[in-house]
Amino acid sequence: MIIFDNITKRYGSKVALENATIHIDKGDFVFLVGPSGAGKSTFIKLILKEIEPDEGTLVVAGRDITHLSNREIPQLRRSLGVVFQDFRLLPNKTVFENVAFAMEVLHHKPRVIKKQVPQVLELMGIGEAADKFPDELSGGEQQRVAIARAIINNPQVLIADEPTGNLDKDTAWEIMQLLNQVNLRGTTVVMVTHAFDIVEKMGKREVEIEGGRIVRDTKGGIAADV
Amino acid sequence: MFKGLGYSLKQALVQIFRNKGMAVASLFAITAMLLILGLFFFLTVNVNFLTEEIKEQFDTIEVFLQDDQTEAQADVIRTSLSKLPGVESVEYIDKARAMEEFKVRWGDNAYLLDGLSTNPLPNSLRVKLTDLNEGDIVAEVSRNMAGVEDVRYYQTEVNKILKVSEGIQKGALVVILFLIIVSVVVVSNTVKLTVMARQEEIRIMKYVGATNWFIRGPLLLEGMFIGLIASLIALGCTWAIYARLMQAFGQQAMILLSSSLVETNFMMINLAWIYIALGISIGAFGSILSMRRFLQA
Repeated sequence: MIIFDNITKRYGSKVALENATIHIDKGDFVFLVGPSGAGKSTFIKLILKEIEPDEGTLVVAGRDITHLSNREIPQLRRSLGVVFQDFRLLPNKTVFENVAFAMEVLHHKPRVIKKQVPQVLELMGIGEAADKFPDELSGGEQQRVAIARAIINNPQVLIADEPTGNLDKDTAWEIMQLLNQVNLRGTTVVMVTHAFDIVEKMGKREVEIEGGRIVRDTKGGIAADV
Repeated sequence: MFKGLGYSLKQALVQIFRNKGMAVASLFAITAMLLILGLFFFLTVNVNFLTEEIKEQFDTIEVFLQDDQTEAQADVIRTSLSKLPGVESVEYIDKARAMEEFKVRWGDNAYLLDGLSTNPLPNSLRVKLTDLNEGDIVAEVSRNMAGVEDVRYYQTEVNKILKVSEGIQKGALVVILFLIIVSVVVVSNTVKLTVMARQEEIRIMKYVGATNWFIRGPLLLEGMFIGLIASLIALGCTWAIYARLMQAFGQQAMILLSSSLVETNFMMINLAWIYIALGISIGAFGSILSMRRFLQA
């Protein structure tokens, strides 16, 4: 699903990621851990095609995306869903509109949008909040809206950049359950986090990045040096 | 882009309504630019029109004959002149007809000429040219002919006028181009404020895979719509102003320049297209320009 083949990315003279090689299969749930500035953000940005790698080959959703034209980037992003630490909901739109918006981008018919958005909101446990505005919701509820928006178009990969970073322990765990549920439906999940308790509790694959290098990769819970 | 046209239209109207202040600012900017531009347009078109009239009036050479020349002698001169290159026709004008024409030109004041006891005008030959470049030679040849008193040919004067009018037209063109650039910048800055306010929205749109045209569409239509409204307002204003100017100065222009100004309706129909095309383009271009930075990756 995602293949990093000897990827190197530099910002000027600073190396953000060096010779990173990793295979993430369809249906995997991968935690990306490591100290701040280790290269996790670079890893995510490469997948989202916000930046181009300097060396190596990058495949996402069965497609070589090492070099994409500006025209092809939207196509790639439609096969990805993204969730951020700060939710990034549009404050002047209702919950319904925030999620519907992701479907409008793909030119879905209003009829289809009206039918599917409530279903996904229900799945995320926020069916009643459809007409509320983001600032009327708790952090956990806002993150549920963000996840609903990320999965409404059935992406092949869900990227979560510290999705529990702004949430208390219990809420964070609820969000993890939702992400797990999304994963069980067949979506590959790549999650960046600092919350080691969650990583431990979930017992999923961990990839640790330090100083731009992948220093540890556990597959199926078994530690294996790379 | 066209698949999402309905969406774009709706968003454009919603945005105009939400950012009324911004929309009005752009509207005024474009309207003002178009009005100034219209002024220069009038100037150019009228100057152009007058120049053409002048050119037409001065493609003739008047050859005045000595008073002792008989009509038969005049005919000899006429035949030889009409054989010269660049000459279309040569017409004999006797004193009486010259006076008649003179009276017509004086119009209401013609009665003053009635006081003359004798007709002081000479018989003449009117040489019509096909090629103005041959004018100098034809004038020179006729001047040296026996029986010719004087030759009137205004080539140098005409050339001077042509040069001045060319200068005015070039100047106006420069000013118009400058105005277009200024208005694009003004509009792009106004739209930029809208875009900045929606920066977060645009970023999220890009994350969910919106194409640049999907994001641009509503803003583009917004700009075009504002441009269209501005052009209609400018057109209304210009119409009123020009009609008034014609009323006030049309007569004077007739007397001063012995030629009328370009008619209001003709002017307006042409100007309508120019205004609408320019207004919409300025709005559209301003929008696209303002978004460029925000749409990169």
